[in-house]
Amino acid sequence: MVQHTPAIDVRELSKTYAVPVREAGLSAALRSLVRRRTRLVEAVREISFSVSPGEIVGFLGPNGAGKTTTLKMLSGLLYPSGGRGLVLGFEPFKRQRDFLRRITLVMGNRNQLIWDIPVLDSFERNRAIYRLERGAYRQTVEELTELLDLDGLLDKPVRNLSLGERMKCEVAAALLHKPQVLFLDEPTIGLDVTMQRRIRAFLAEYNRRYGATVLLTSHYMADVEALCRRWSSTAECCSSTASSPGWCGASRPTRPSWSSWETGTKTWANMARWCPAARGGWRCGCPRRRPPR
Amino acid sequence: MRGLADIYATLFRTDLALQLQYRAEMVIWLINRIVEALVFLSVWSAVARSQGGQVGGFSSADFAAYYITMMMMGHLTFTWFMFEFEYRVRSGAFSPLLLQPLHPIHRDIAINIAYKFLTLTVMLPTMGLMVWIFDPAFDPPAWAVWASIPVVLLAFLMRLFVEWALALVALWTTRTAAANQIYFAALLFFSGQMAPLSLLPGWLQTLAAMLPFRWMLAFPTELLLGRLTPADVLWGVAAQVTWLFLSWGLLALVWSRGLRRYSAVGS
Repeated sequence: MVQHTPAIDVRELSKTYAVPVREAGLSAALRSLVRRRTRLVEAVREISFSVSPGEIVGFLGPNGAGKTTTLKMLSGLLYPSGGRGLVLGFEPFKRQRDFLRRITLVMGNRNQLIWDIPVLDSFERNRAIYRLERGAYRQTVEELTELLDLDGLLDKPVRNLSLGERMKCEVAAALLHKPQVLFLDEPTIGLDVTMQRRIRAFLAEYNRRYGATVLLTSHYMADVEALCRRWSSTAECCSSTASSPGWCGASRPTRPSWSSWETGTKTWANMARWCPAARGGWRCGCPRRRPPR
Repeated sequence: MRGLADIYATLFRTDLALQLQYRAEMVIWLINRIVEALVFLSVWSAVARSQGGQVGGFSSADFAAYYITMMMMGHLTFTWFMFEFEYRVRSGAFSPLLLQPLHPIHRDIAINIAYKFLTLTVMLPTMGLMVWIFDPAFDPPAWAVWASIPVVLLAFLMRLFVEWALALVALWTTRTAAANQIYFAALLFFSGQMAPLSLLPGWLQTLAAMLPFRWMLAFPTELLLGRLTPADVLWGVAAQVTWLFLSWGLLALVWSRGLRRYSAVGS
């Protein structure tokens, strides 16, 4: 049954950083002692979109497009400069415990596991921190071990694992509490093709089993093609040089036009979306945004 | 509450395992603490001997008792978060801590206790050895020993809150070493580590009583040496509780303001 309350609802969300500006050289360094200059960098500008429960939505884009910043705002790590984002009805930045127990953020280049102790010890810490009932926790570990093929890895110290093995364990650690919303920031970065496939297959299976909502960023089209059975490149929809948005909703996957990134401003361009509930009546995932200023 | 006890028990268990991985580092920190106590003890004992056996009411045996007790108080109350936060913020290691439904201070308390639990196995025999070598004048009344338990706990919590709040400065500037140095210099001087506070000029003693440092180290040390009256102890506990509330308020304020500035770099 289609649920109408979005799992993620974002309205004109923005993030602006004040970045120090300084020219090269000693004199510039001395000048900056007296007068420190900063410039504002808009990492994310007034994006709006919503994601229904159970959807897998992928964000594609080049470095610096604001994908990770948005994920960080939606998971409560960053305080937005403007707009509003609701995840499962919570304002992420308040970081309420009930909210944090229902989401997870997996960052492909960031370790949550403790380097020097066995993986299972890190899992055990998460069990306590998320206050998981021991029986349910053991069952989840067994399920994740089966799905991610973690046999033989859990009693090894994290430092002795290969990158791929570590990533699988990171994903498992992030899912022990069975979050309803998964924010995945480049979960396959640096992995070989086989391991990338394994992670993708797992995410699809996790979504199928638990009906979790997934918001995924990636540089790899393969991630989106594999995970988002119906997907759309909305680059032209959103680009300042948009010419023909009519293809949105095409039944065949369309590869995004990377050139649109160069002509468009730094904002969302490509959004792939798989909505199992929509069954053919899928929506174009074009994030609404204001024209570039 | 039961959930929090389970969290602490689990964190403590895994932190013990973690700390055992860093045995060499642990020993080096311990040596540092012991050498520091030995240096102060030796210097002040030599000064006492050169002054005819006493300085400001402290004999060599009194200095030995003072610095051996001070060493233990320093060990029981110290935290290292101010050194660690800069790395946490710059490397992005802070982000995973913020994503979990537990205030990161709980993790830091658990690992701090685990470290002290392990290192006490070395610290206590070392103290025994120092007592045997230096023959300190150590004869506190029983009530002072009992009273020192809550006083040390309050001192630990004070240092925890103050140092955690100051560590959060890393959310504003990622170069915190210089600011940390100012704090530790003040701690060294006003907490009675450099010299017993009663040896300082009167105005410095008054200043020390108004600052938090005295209540972190000198107060529990003097209590355990039997140098305080019950009225002094009550006054001291009141000062500790006041500072505890102030530092807790500061921590809460810095935490909420700092998180708004946190830019989650490196992650």
